[in-house]
Amino acid sequence: MSRRDREAAARQAMDGTPPPVPPDLYAEVVRRGSRILRRRRAARRLMWVLLFFAVVVFAVWAATVQPWVVPPSETTPPLTGW
Amino acid sequence: MRERQPSRGGPARDFEAFVAGAAGRLLHTATLLTAEAPNDNPRARVLLTHAFAHTYACWDRMRGEDPYDRARQYLAVRFARGAWHQYGGLGRARPHPGSPLALLTPQQRLILVLRLYEGVGEEQTAALLGLPTERVHAICDRATAMLLHPPRGPAPTVAGPKVVPS
Repeated sequence: MSRRDREAAARQAMDGTPPPVPPDLYAEVVRRGSRILRRRRAARRLMWVLLFFAVVVFAVWAATVQPWVVPPSETTPPLTGW
Repeated sequence: MRERQPSRGGPARDFEAFVAGAAGRLLHTATLLTAEAPNDNPRARVLLTHAFAHTYACWDRMRGEDPYDRARQYLAVRFARGAWHQYGGLGRARPHPGSPLALLTPQQRLILVLRLYEGVGEEQTAALLGLPTERVHAICDRATAMLLHPPRGPAPTVAGPKVVPS
């Protein structure tokens, strides 16, 4: 029995009678699919909100602390009286 | 809120036509995978519903991709991921003796169905399941042999762990 014959026989064994498709399949698919879309959209919105708040918090912190300003020197004593 | 869903006009009708056309064949594929009887296939129906729901969610973003291919891939990967723990001793997922593939393991069924019933190429099957091509080839050969010449004697699924006397 050649490989091709064996594959054809296996295909034939798998053919059989197809199972009946449940009538409410489409409605159920649309229900679940819409839920996936809704969840995806909610996750995306949550991500944007978090990003927005992170930017705001960073901006406020930077404006108050101003980390780019060189702090006044504390090691050299001030030169006075000459 | 509904602007992204394929629920208005053309796309919805496209999707409905796709489901109507592909459901019969994919349900047969799923039933072969789960080795259930054609008239009592709750696991296959769940698999198919999830695969179609996933296709529905990606429907608007598919650019020239074959939706059938997409749904079939999702079905196969979901079955591959779910098979090992659903078959772990719960007993509810025992293959139905009426299924032609009842004697095969879930992995053998998956590869045999993808390769021969669905006609997916060897390399594609290997890439989809993350296996080497040679292994897919070997498993497919072994599954074909097992399907055409089942081992004699009672089916191994019937003989439980009680066979060995303590």
